[in-house]
Amino acid sequence: MKQPPRSPRSLPQGGAPNGFGPGAREAGTTRDRILARLRASRPSQPLPAPVLDEHYAPRARNETLAGRVARFRAGIESFHAEVHLASEAGWPALLARLCAEKGVGSLLYGAGTPAGGRLDQSAFPATALRPWAGCVEDLKAELFHRIDAGFTQALGAIAETGTLIVWPSEAEPRTLSLVPPIHFALLDARSIHPTFFDAIRAGNWADGLPTNALLVSGPSKTADIQQTLAYGAHGPKELVVIVIEAEGEVR
Amino acid sequence: MSAPAPATSKGDARPIAFVSAQALRERMHEAVNDPHLRTSFRGAMDFLMAKRAAQFPDESELASLRTLSEAIRQYSLSKLPDLLEQLEANLTRNGVQVHWAADAGEANAIMLGIARRHAAKSIVKGKSMVSEEIEFNHAMQAAGIEALESDMGEYIVQLAGEKPSHIIMPAIHKTKEQIARLFADKVPGVDYTDNVDALIQIGRQVLREKFEQADIGLSGVNFAVAETGTLCLVENEGNGRMCTTVPRVHMAITGIEKVVEKLEHVAPLFSILTRSATGQAISTYFNMISGPRKPDEKDGPEEVHLILLDNGRSQAYADEQLRKTLQCIRCGACMNHCPVYTRIGGHAYGTTYPGPIGKIVSPHMMGLEQTHLLPTVSTLCGACGEVCPVRIPIPELLVRLRGEAQSAPHANPAMAGQGAGYSALASFAWRAWARIYASPGNYRLFSWLASRLRALTPSRQSGWTAARTPLTPAPRRLRDMVRDRR
Repeated sequence: MKQPPRSPRSLPQGGAPNGFGPGAREAGTTRDRILARLRASRPSQPLPAPVLDEHYAPRARNETLAGRVARFRAGIESFHAEVHLASEAGWPALLARLCAEKGVGSLLYGAGTPAGGRLDQSAFPATALRPWAGCVEDLKAELFHRIDAGFTQALGAIAETGTLIVWPSEAEPRTLSLVPPIHFALLDARSIHPTFFDAIRAGNWADGLPTNALLVSGPSKTADIQQTLAYGAHGPKELVVIVIEAEGEVR
Repeated sequence: MSAPAPATSKGDARPIAFVSAQALRERMHEAVNDPHLRTSFRGAMDFLMAKRAAQFPDESELASLRTLSEAIRQYSLSKLPDLLEQLEANLTRNGVQVHWAADAGEANAIMLGIARRHAAKSIVKGKSMVSEEIEFNHAMQAAGIEALESDMGEYIVQLAGEKPSHIIMPAIHKTKEQIARLFADKVPGVDYTDNVDALIQIGRQVLREKFEQADIGLSGVNFAVAETGTLCLVENEGNGRMCTTVPRVHMAITGIEKVVEKLEHVAPLFSILTRSATGQAISTYFNMISGPRKPDEKDGPEEVHLILLDNGRSQAYADEQLRKTLQCIRCGACMNHCPVYTRIGGHAYGTTYPGPIGKIVSPHMMGLEQTHLLPTVSTLCGACGEVCPVRIPIPELLVRLRGEAQSAPHANPAMAGQGAGYSALASFAWRAWARIYASPGNYRLFSWLASRLRALTPSRQSGWTAARTPLTPAPRRLRDMVRDRR
């Protein structure tokens, strides 16, 4: 240790923002002092607002739905996610089959959602269906140690990068897509946007976001040990996406 | 204004301490002569440079995205005080508590206050370089509160009692064998394995328990959106989501420069961030947090706090040229492409932020007294400026800071520590040099004298002869040789 570290801002300097410097405007709270300091030196006119449309204009706005699904799929598969296509009528059976194949003993899902309403225990011979009930505090231990998979709907997706848009809600809490080792997500092909920018614009996100909104591109991963990619760091080890094709358009 | 507590008990890193010029030279010398470190960094940097290049196959798209990203950052900075107020208002409306901190001491005091109010015993941390900047772990440790890193790389460096050596890949200096030994030594009940998947699963098991039990989660912020009151977090592991979702309290800390006006401004910045940083088209998770748990929601933190930290940023803001420092989105591409960083690694610098960005941002955080040598740890090759996604003219700023460090004290009182590298002798020598070289008569006389008196040339010439042969004037001047050839 060379010398006790001094608090950097306590160093003497001209016009120091210590509340005793020149100008009464620097008195007051830390907040007021920081803002006054910034106001004293900011440009007199803000710069012109950046224009984003031009950069995003050429990005596949008129591609077919099938093309968009294909791009989404290639992207998210490259991030180690699994993608399955299904019909509106057939996806619950597909989910049941996937659960059986993966040995999912318990599947937690959002009760009271349209998709949750379609799940029927009799169709899941190998899996106990668990609708989320109560607050996370009530089922924390179970959630962390005993639930094998979580099932949520996706709000949409992004073709450019292969990304799911997940907006947790009262029915589908945040941890449902985070804590269980497998995350099953149901996606309507028609809700895939070309880019993140398009998703923000088309959904008027700026008018109101949920308390938590997520973009998810594959299962949890890390390359923190010698740049070696490993999956299942802290979140789900597997991400399985079931895409509901609009009849006749995807294939 | 409390100074960070001294490192006391097990397993925590030394505080960022003043690194004297002599010590900095020694550390660089040591690093350059460490073949393991050289190999680790060379390999990692080559890997990251190739991955970044692969993300930008279309040069015109890259140019367009850089121009847009630079414009967004500059626009945001031009409205910074207004955007901060708008951010505060919207976060408050969303139920987030906003705090302002002038420096490390204030920030730690605020967070310690929150922790005490909740009688917190443990804090689990998502990756946050700002928390490193303020020595958060030490402040909590001194107060008897555990602050545990949960990003795999950060967890590894904390376990080793070290600091991150890279802002994105904290454990980049370590080989998997070193990490395997560390886990076997420090994690109870773990046998040696250098299988990377197995090591990650060990980390997963240890930290899951912590996520489940921690009283408070701490995170940084990549972008703060003023119009919606939203905190955005970029990550791959899911630990950021865990820290901000599972504990009852979430504290986020960020520098005041990270705010943007509109949500859509985040789209290009996020894209260029992940592609520049790790060569990923997108990170696994992009987490947008706009408030604590609502009454009808079933999970999420009951309290969310944001700490807005100045710590020297308003000093950089006050100068039009230095303000560009604040455009930074912390991708780390400048260090990945820096020939000096690649050779000495992140620890030699002795600052929280290493590499080119560290050299231009640390003088504002720590003052030039402590950092005046930093801007000279550069070849000015220009690679950092060339890859910067928001076009920060890093080489230009390095030259500016060299000038601030070397010019006569008090020439620019707005810069803390300005003139710290000033030497009257060096200043006199350069003034004399300028006089000699600006006048043909003086120059002729000087060169004539130098060639006649060359035997008197000192064999030790300050820093020059540390690694080079001495400079000696030629026996005959160029002008004499040219005259003879006519």
